[in-house]
Amino acid sequence: MIEFKLPSLGADMDKGKLLEWRVKPGDRVKRGDIVAVVDTSKVAVDVEIWNDGTVHELIAEPGVTIEVGTVIATLLEPGETSEAAEAARRTRPAPAAVPVQAEPAVIAAATAPAPVGERRRVSPVARRRAVEMGVDAEAVAGTGPHGSVTSEDVERAAAAAKAAPPAAAADRQGQMRRAIAAAMSRSKREIPHYYLSERIALQNATLWLQAENARRPVTERVLMAALFLKAIALACEKYPDMNGLCRDGTFAPAASVHVGVAISLRQGGLIAPAIHDVQQKSLTQLMQDLTDLVKRARAGSLRSSEMSDPTITVTNLGDQGVESVFGVIYPPQAALVGFGRVAEQACVVDGGLRIIPAVMASLAADHRVSDGHRGALFLAEIHRLLQQPETL
Amino acid sequence: MTNGEIRNIVLAVLKGIAPEIEEGELLPDRPLRDQVDLDSMDWLNFLVALHERLAVDIPEADYRKLTTLDTLIDYLVQKHV
Repeated sequence: MIEFKLPSLGADMDKGKLLEWRVKPGDRVKRGDIVAVVDTSKVAVDVEIWNDGTVHELIAEPGVTIEVGTVIATLLEPGETSEAAEAARRTRPAPAAVPVQAEPAVIAAATAPAPVGERRRVSPVARRRAVEMGVDAEAVAGTGPHGSVTSEDVERAAAAAKAAPPAAAADRQGQMRRAIAAAMSRSKREIPHYYLSERIALQNATLWLQAENARRPVTERVLMAALFLKAIALACEKYPDMNGLCRDGTFAPAASVHVGVAISLRQGGLIAPAIHDVQQKSLTQLMQDLTDLVKRARAGSLRSSEMSDPTITVTNLGDQGVESVFGVIYPPQAALVGFGRVAEQACVVDGGLRIIPAVMASLAADHRVSDGHRGALFLAEIHRLLQQPETL
Repeated sequence: MTNGEIRNIVLAVLKGIAPEIEEGELLPDRPLRDQVDLDSMDWLNFLVALHERLAVDIPEADYRKLTTLDTLIDYLVQKHV
């Protein structure tokens, strides 16, 4: 039997609220299928399953807030019968007692977290009532024994909420702000950042893009951002100490390059989901992926792998007009590349002064993992790649 | 299509991309991207959406002509047959 645990959905998430199941017991699923929707403090995320199998039991109930790493469902392995699974379960300790050991990206939460497994006491009746009435049972003040939440408490909370309609949007904003604050505080507390910057001439890249876009319909046009993505990914292959995750002081380089893209949300806030396997993708494909990712991030429909997988992040603040940006690394990643505004600048080319498009690229990297010398070589490699756009 | 009809389509498309804009506050003769927070991805999406609605393909070389709402609408009126 396979235990499916709630995966981490990024450094700033240690719990999520199950909104709905997209599968039911008996359904066949394969790796990558969406099985549930979970609300984080930032967005609702489509949670993907990690194994092939048949859904056996849905353990978590919609409406309930769950710690990352908690078993939320069980699956039968291909060929396994439900009788065999039941027998296996009887010889095993209850899944609820399993400590948090989630595979992708377990987050030692930034702020001192409540001990895992210690959940508010909410009676099952109250929990069901809370779901019916659309109340967050975890947030209700309990008046029962040991501060437990009773169904009366839930009803009282629901009545109060009705009397004063909550500023849902403002609350959401507040939650997102706190989530960003937690992740960034953790980053600045734990990660000894070093910063480098490099001015990169973009004349070749601009001319190449102009020619390329002139023969493409508007629906297939490529932005400079796609070139940046690809250049980062190719440079990561050469400098693997920029691409991976650093946990408990130990860095593990990643096998593929999943570039997290910092996307600002119109209502405020920031999210940095991944484009997968960037090093293997064509610019056309990357552009499609980027367009799609931005659209879905803003519509609030991202997939769990996009939230948990980034191995390095890029932030592109040039459109807002800044010359350069020095980012804060998104833990447990080990590097972040920033690009400022692409603008005409006076540059010395072949011994003469020329006005050409250029951009200030920066690197924030984890000094526990690499040194400035490696970082400089990495930025220089990005520089070199962007001089040969046709090879990207 | 009349200037007014195209204007309505342009504003509807713009609102789809930047829902926070207030139509009455847009100055049609001032640079659009100074008034609306459009990054290069938003701008491209804006043009793609206009292309879908009006079947007008706007080459990249023409971007610099399209700074204000007025110039954009004039341009689209001319290109749209």
